Amino acid sequence: MIDYIVPLLLLVICCMALSKKENAYDLLLSGGADGLKLVVSILPTLVLLLTAVTMLRQSGAVEVFSSFFAPIFQFFGIPPETAILVLIRPISGSAALAVGTELMATYGVDSPIGRTAAVMLGSTETTFYTISVYFGAAGIKKTRYTLPAALIADFVGFFMAALTSRIFYA
Amino acid sequence: MVMSWIFTGMVLISTVFAMFLGNGSALAAAVPQGAQAGVTLALSLAGSICLWTGVGKLMEHIGLTAILSKMLRPLLHRVFPGTKKDPQLAGVLSGNICANLLGLGNAATPMGIGAVQRMKDPLRPHRATDQMCRLIVLNTASIQLIPANVAAVRVSLGCATPFDILPAVWVTSICSASMGLLAAYLLGKLWRHD
Repeated sequence: MIDYIVPLLLLVICCMALSKKENAYDLLLSGGADGLKLVVSILPTLVLLLTAVTMLRQSGAVEVFSSFFAPIFQFFGIPPETAILVLIRPISGSAALAVGTELMATYGVDSPIGRTAAVMLGSTETTFYTISVYFGAAGIKKTRYTLPAALIADFVGFFMAALTSRIFYA
Repeated sequence: MVMSWIFTGMVLISTVFAMFLGNGSALAAAVPQGAQAGVTLALSLAGSICLWTGVGKLMEHIGLTAILSKMLRPLLHRVFPGTKKDPQLAGVLSGNICANLLGLGNAATPMGIGAVQRMKDPLRPHRATDQMCRLIVLNTASIQLIPANVAAVRVSLGCATPFDILPAVWVTSICSASMGLLAAYLLGKLWRHD
């Protein structure tokens, strides 16, 4: 069933567009051109961040770091290897993508660690960035309990990512 | 500016650790390797970004966001009581949530900011209201139906079933969003002093 979700979504929106006499193909093409601009704009970011992340890995810092946090992570059943992803995810989206990709490449995409990293990337957001954009633009200065509540949501996300990866794909 | 600090910090930590652990040659090799991996990652995302940006444009044009918002109205009234009296707020709010669901980040942000502006307390305009906190929690919990970028990365690393993470992603997102809302509700009861 899961296999048909993406193809069916494509089919349904194309049929809906045709029934409304919209030029589906042209819209997909012009969106694709916008997407290409986006790729060009994020490429330098990804080059810089993957350079830094690969340096962290090869220097041995990641291992030291993971074993330092291992007791806490193991207590919650989260693989300690994902420690660096958990710490960077709320701060920078592209850095998290770089770290997550490096984790999947190092430990294997279908390994428990690789899968946990993928689920973490897919189900959490850049919390600090979101808060600063939304509240910054609307002129909110007193954020009250927004950050603690959002970080609790993030933590539950990391915990559940590890749990579901362990249970669903055992 | 934040990113400058993060990047410099990462390079600094790597260099110091490599010195202490004697991993100098591996560190030096990591620089060109990492840069190359950055291009590879960007290219492996390129196809998926192009396709889904197009799909996103199509979804906006045919008004899929509007259809989804109607379906989510009853749920919206529960989490954001203000939407009952303010149909315009209901519009931007459900637009924001649906755009997030469909993975249309660019469309979600302006509607989210619009919603925050309509939720302002006229007496204390610089203070976050309870509804704003809930909106932020929903946005940071990232309830996304199809995480296309993650799937693209998985394909590029040789995964045969990139979308098999979908159930895990959905369950995780729903749990983190509902626990975040619960936390916001409880903190809202405690946070009365300002």
